[in-house]
Amino acid sequence: MDWLQQLINGLALGSIYALIALGYTMVYGVLRFINFAHSDVLMLGAFAAFFLAPVVGTVFPAQSYLGAAVIIIIAAAICAAIGMLIELLAYRPLRSRPKLTVLITAIGVSLFIEFTCQHNAVFGARTRPFPKLIPDHNFHIGSLVIGSHDIVVPVVAATLLALLWLVVQRTKIGMAMRAVSFNPQAAALMGVNINRVISFTFGLGSALAAVAGILYAMKAPGIEPLMGVQPGLRAFIAAVLGGIGNLPGAALGGLLLGLLETVAGGIPGISNYRDGIAFAILILILLFRPAGLLGEVKTEKV
Amino acid sequence: MQLGAKRWLFGAVLVALGVSALSGHFNRYYLGVAIDVGISIILAVSLNLINGYTGQFSLGHAGFMAVGGFTAAKLTLLLAPSVPEAAHPALFAGSILLGGAVAALAGLAVGLPSLRLRGDYLAIVTLGFGEIIRVIFQTSETFGAATGLTGIPKFTTLFWTWGVAALTVYVVASLVNSTYGRGFLCVHDDEVAAAAMGISPTRYKVTAFVTGAFFAGMAGALYAHHKQVLKPDGFDFMKSIDIVVMVILGGMGNTVGVILAAVLLTILPELLRGLADYRMILYSLLIIGLMLTRPQGLFTLRRRVDRSRTAN
Repeated sequence: MDWLQQLINGLALGSIYALIALGYTMVYGVLRFINFAHSDVLMLGAFAAFFLAPVVGTVFPAQSYLGAAVIIIIAAAICAAIGMLIELLAYRPLRSRPKLTVLITAIGVSLFIEFTCQHNAVFGARTRPFPKLIPDHNFHIGSLVIGSHDIVVPVVAATLLALLWLVVQRTKIGMAMRAVSFNPQAAALMGVNINRVISFTFGLGSALAAVAGILYAMKAPGIEPLMGVQPGLRAFIAAVLGGIGNLPGAALGGLLLGLLETVAGGIPGISNYRDGIAFAILILILLFRPAGLLGEVKTEKV
Repeated sequence: MQLGAKRWLFGAVLVALGVSALSGHFNRYYLGVAIDVGISIILAVSLNLINGYTGQFSLGHAGFMAVGGFTAAKLTLLLAPSVPEAAHPALFAGSILLGGAVAALAGLAVGLPSLRLRGDYLAIVTLGFGEIIRVIFQTSETFGAATGLTGIPKFTTLFWTWGVAALTVYVVASLVNSTYGRGFLCVHDDEVAAAAMGISPTRYKVTAFVTGAFFAGMAGALYAHHKQVLKPDGFDFMKSIDIVVMVILGGMGNTVGVILAAVLLTILPELLRGLADYRMILYSLLIIGLMLTRPQGLFTLRRRVDRSRTAN
């Protein structure tokens, strides 16, 4: 039964990776660059929830699912605004510049958020305990222990995935996103407002990152300004694993990576190298299938 | 730069020799800063070969510095007690070279799989490798685990530092300006076109990477014998960012600018100790501001061709 326990833990971790990976992959889809600041938006989401929790707690009963939902929705809205702001101020002026310029800017934005938040006048570098947002229950099935967190995380992730799929496949703005991803120039000629679509994509990705950040913080020992870096890197690897720019790929990659990491963490000899597994997977996938599991192989045209 | 490079080399070595002979008369603090500046120049110029001239954005330079530093320090610590005093310069030269060589090997091991990638992927992979290297040192008992290595003999002098710095500048400048070295610029400008002309982008990238790692390793060796204490924490992602900022500020692919930036960014924090809390915030704003307004760097006054515009 031990492996089943690992499977449950891995599923929760994998769902969080999947949510973050979707943000990377969506932005890559429309702009063809990796938004390094994504992992910091995740951290900001967790901090938003940290400061919102006492406020919301005065209106809704503390540690209730309704209160948690309200906190998550407000934090997601805040982060969506932050994501759109980052795009507007830092990335939009560089849209026609070389890729390297945008990449360096993205690293700059990421460092700016991290160090500003680490400053004592903002959040400070210390780790703070994250408030309990949902009641703690442990369900025992035989020798299995399933915490309420282990159920909530995959359910929230699956719901958001379904919603995202609906937005992308069934709405007008979703169609515009797919069009911009396919060919930005042609989409612009067809009357798609590219700036609005890109802004929306950033908002959507950042909102997902905020939710992922809160779910991650609920199980983490605490939150601090650099908390987003590790899950952010893993999620990026998950996005590459699934095929970057490919939405189902990001979800699949996230789940796979979460499961692999958890399972490897349970094997005695390998557990020390748990942190290296993600990078080993990245290197393997880039060597043998650079397009990712679900991505299509493209040759570069001149 | 072609003629200039040789003059640079001899000039710098002569100055270093002269100053080094008089170093007993200098304030130890200023001497230390001067050595820091030399080490920064080695790091920045070698990273410039990778990030600037070849256009491969690496975020793992501190990792190679760590490899060189720990290897060299370990060798010195092992051999120094059994080697006579007179042979110490030879031992130091050997450990610097060994540090560089092992770092170059690490560069080859990292470069071969990852340099088939471009842009964003490469940045992330090198970042990951840099962190993995640091974690390995942190867990390895041979290298003192988290406490690192202590009691390293103080071999680094102004002469050694500026000598290696001059060598780095000379090698990078002559490499880039050689017939072979034009390939680096080709790979930077357009990989597809370079490949069509019979220039193997991967080979050039790996060459740049290994050369850069070699000098970073030597810088690490000098650093180890200068600070006398080596901690894995000192070689984290932020150290890599420090070097990257020097390259960006100086102008990618502009050796003189990068040297100026390395000098400036090493001396400034010493002058502005009171602002230490804001240093990294200012760095990040500097990166964003430069990319938005002056992506060619602060010290690039004129360029033959605006390469940043044609590169894709």
